[in-house]
Amino acid sequence: MRLTILTAVTALVVIVPILELLRRRQLREKYAVLWICVGLVVLLFGFFPTLVDSLVRFTGVVSGVSLGLFLGVVFLLLVCIHLSWESSRLEEKTRTLAEEIALIRTQLAEKEPAE
Amino acid sequence: MTGDQRVLIIVPAWNEAGSIGDVVREITGELPGTDVLVVDDGSGDGTAEVAGEAGAIVTRLPFNLGVGGAMRLGYRYARDAGYDVAVQIDADGQHDPRYVPKLIDGLQDASLVIGARFAGEGDYQVRGPRRWSMTLLSLALSSLAHTRLTDTTSGFRACDRSLIELFASWYPVEYLGDTVETVVRVVRLGYKVSQVPVAMRQRFAGVPSKSPAKALIYLGRAFFALLLALCRR
Repeated sequence: MRLTILTAVTALVVIVPILELLRRRQLREKYAVLWICVGLVVLLFGFFPTLVDSLVRFTGVVSGVSLGLFLGVVFLLLVCIHLSWESSRLEEKTRTLAEEIALIRTQLAEKEPAE
Repeated sequence: MTGDQRVLIIVPAWNEAGSIGDVVREITGELPGTDVLVVDDGSGDGTAEVAGEAGAIVTRLPFNLGVGGAMRLGYRYARDAGYDVAVQIDADGQHDPRYVPKLIDGLQDASLVIGARFAGEGDYQVRGPRRWSMTLLSLALSSLAHTRLTDTTSGFRACDRSLIELFASWYPVEYLGDTVETVVRVVRLGYKVSQVPVAMRQRFAGVPSKSPAKALIYLGRAFFALLLALCRR
């Protein structure tokens, strides 16, 4: 029972900051959806720890701990790849902006009469 | 010399205040009637001021983007201002502007003309892994382009209006990608690439990198750039 309390509290600790960030418009929906889903999964397992046991039996993994760690690592890896991808796109966008600014400044300078 | 074509010389420069003035004056001296655009790639040493005093049009990036970013900006300027030919020249004085008319002549039957070392002219020497990677890249790209290219990493090149428009919207920003990947893409799109032998000179200022470790890293990056370029659409 105490374990259930611990895991349930953990799930709430994950979900509450996400909702708060969303409410303050600090987090884009596309990221929020992901983290809310994570929070919900943790919440589910928090209130029904026996679900892990049936999942372990279903997948053939020896212990629930290793299944949890494995899924956690895979998930975090995917999130990291996603973030690298996002930052590459952002870099490309800043590059384009930098070029546009330089171009506009040069064209403006050409329009002004020479001193 | 160049007929009624409007020619823009694009010089990407990053902290080249020591040489950029001479480079610009030499270009305008050798090639009257052409415009010189110096793209200051976020320099902190007054490159833009020196270039402007020497008579170049100067455009200034707010931070350093690398040669690829500077070049795309140069091509955007060329596109918007309606130039017919763009020639890329390094800011360190290695490229001799007297070859520019030859490069532009080459555009009559190719869209991209590369000023190549190791093609008979000059005595420019590179040894070790750096040389191997250059040779390998050249072999790979020569077979792709169905023409002999001996120096695909050369930053001394001329291109016509159709490629100005392509490069204005697309120009790889990665190191080596800017030279290797552009050739691959241009060939794949069906444009013709050719080369003109040129002699390279000593740099006016600055030192070339010579350490073997750096050369090996260069080899790795060259391979990586080539592989990426080949598997990209």
